[in-house]
Amino acid sequence: MKMQRTIIALALAGCVGSSIAPAVAQEHDTPTPPMLKWSFSGPFGRYDQGQLQRGFKIYKEVCAACHSIQMLAFRNLADPGGPGFSEAQAAAVAADYKIKDLDDKGEPTERPGRLADTFPPPFANELVAKAANGGVAPPDMSTLAKARTFERGFPWFVFDTITQYQEQGPDYIAALLNGYEEPPKGFQLPQGGHYNKYFPGHNIAMSPPLQAGQVTFDDGAPQTQEQYSKDISAFLMWAAEPHMVARKRIGLQVMIVLIVLAGLMYFTKKKVWHEVEKPREIARGQDPKKTAA
Amino acid sequence: MSGHSTYQPQSKVLQWLEKRLPIGGLVHSSFVVYPVPRNLNYLWTFGGILAFMLGVQIVTGIVLAMHYTPHVDLAFRSVEGIMRDVNYGWLLRYLHANGASMFFLAVYVHMFRGIYYGSYKEPREVLWILGVIIYLLMMATGFMGYVLVWGQMSFWAATVITNLFSAIPGVGDTIVTWLWGGYAVGNPTLNRFYSLHYLLPFVIAGVVVLHIWALHVVGQNNPTGIEPKSEKDTVAFTPYATAKDGFFLAAFVILYAWFVFYIPNFLGHADNYIPANPAVTPTHIVPEWYYLPFYAILRAIPDKLIGVIALGASIVILAFLPWLDTSRVRSARYRPLFRQFFWLFVIVCVGLGWLGSKPPEGIYVILARVFTIYYFAFFLVILPLLGIFEKTKPLPNSISESVLGAKA
Repeated sequence: MKMQRTIIALALAGCVGSSIAPAVAQEHDTPTPPMLKWSFSGPFGRYDQGQLQRGFKIYKEVCAACHSIQMLAFRNLADPGGPGFSEAQAAAVAADYKIKDLDDKGEPTERPGRLADTFPPPFANELVAKAANGGVAPPDMSTLAKARTFERGFPWFVFDTITQYQEQGPDYIAALLNGYEEPPKGFQLPQGGHYNKYFPGHNIAMSPPLQAGQVTFDDGAPQTQEQYSKDISAFLMWAAEPHMVARKRIGLQVMIVLIVLAGLMYFTKKKVWHEVEKPREIARGQDPKKTAA
Repeated sequence: MSGHSTYQPQSKVLQWLEKRLPIGGLVHSSFVVYPVPRNLNYLWTFGGILAFMLGVQIVTGIVLAMHYTPHVDLAFRSVEGIMRDVNYGWLLRYLHANGASMFFLAVYVHMFRGIYYGSYKEPREVLWILGVIIYLLMMATGFMGYVLVWGQMSFWAATVITNLFSAIPGVGDTIVTWLWGGYAVGNPTLNRFYSLHYLLPFVIAGVVVLHIWALHVVGQNNPTGIEPKSEKDTVAFTPYATAKDGFFLAAFVILYAWFVFYIPNFLGHADNYIPANPAVTPTHIVPEWYYLPFYAILRAIPDKLIGVIALGASIVILAFLPWLDTSRVRSARYRPLFRQFFWLFVIVCVGLGWLGSKPPEGIYVILARVFTIYYFAFFLVILPLLGIFEKTKPLPNSISESVLGAKA
């Protein structure tokens, strides 16, 4: 039975490979991704600009060869709460890209990117992407960090409401990027597959993408695979949730207003109800305001 | 039960209006002098909270609809456009998505409170049935709203739920084709879901008016379950109920804001951030949390048709509650046995919710079956028999006696 399930899982993974990338890692022999420390976790969390810039560099130099990020526009690089590029820097990034367009005679042409453009995909369409990647189209990365998770299980998911743990996505992606290893004895890895201990089913089509020293950082951050994995995961979290910093900032203001409001309402209610809740004192001719509430 | 209108407008304009349309008097008698039992606890503030949540959903929904595109190729992108490019679009969407959850959370508290204190009993049967209708409409609206995102879970939830109708013998497949507007869940399905998702909240609002009307005819139940007998048993809606409702609403909104601003995706499913793909089935298809108990009942039964019938029956049975509960005592306060069965029922409902999120295999199926049996037995066996065999505690003579007696 278990053997059968494994075969089915493998066959499925072989057919659709990493493009399904199920959101929930359900295999019992899949380890739980380690919980990393993120600058953007918790009620006061904000993105680390340096980390987002490093992550963007990794995306541009490595991931972008196969993965599109079509919902991200060049102008987003200069948005508040993001990687902190200046508008001129973002425009310079955009100008490096060739955007397909029509000229004023209606003929197809290519022009340099502008701030308003979104990042052009590496492949013309999904079929080309599939054909170039062994039958599996690499997923678009715009919402990837929110589209990946792992099962927290009871009771942890209850505690998560209090601790505000919301970083399953980046934790999973970072773990996956560090999770390539030799397949265990007896594991039949299909042709073109790679063994990854965090990937559901363990057979991932993507070859190990990040090696130490591959991307040069000019801010002195270590150029290790672990650092790369973490930085790209942070970048993808920002790409998936670009207004998170504003959300948490406004959230704090809203919380303060609501708690003050609820407090005032509580004392209003107490005052209004005092005479109803202390009718005996009233009957005895006492002033209810002078008795204990 | 409606408060006697003593409304006498001061201003000339309002006097003029009152002679032609006595709307001021209606508001005054319904929300100012309307007498409410003096002993209502905070569980009675959830009606007001629900009205507030309906308002929030309609307002945020109308603005979201201005930016949403109901087309299979554009829907997911337009939702992300709201999240990224619409000013405060992320706030509107998170308010709306988490608002649905808060709406259901509040309605469940409201319903369990109704069951605990016997609020459905004579003369409040119609009030209760209108509530069940609102709940059914909410389920339909919530489901269709979830589909509009057009992520993986949206698409597959739509497929699974509409496919339930195929279990109907003979005409099942025809009905499903008719629901889809085609031979699979596709653009026509998305379009009609969008249309209905916009329509149904206003139907809900209409039934809510009836619900409140019925409430104001029969008056509110209260924790003792005995009717107010004199003016000493009641207080005026304003300022007493308004102050109490206002405070607890503010407290409830703190919880709501916590979800919206800090854990907005906690109650959602990660797969719904993957655009819908008819060619790829997610490993586990699960509905939103508020449907999970019914999903567990559906999957607990091996036969599809009987499973679908059980799913429908588990909701419809609520409408018969006023007649299934044979006890003449309303409040669980004076029903020691009922109280135990009630809490067991709550545990079973929460348990079914947990099981609904688990794969239907092994121990989960067995537990789901046991819980499903208890769910139905609670209504069909326990409640009818308890009314006959239970020895209830003596009721107080009046609400004010119960309040003052407790304090003495």
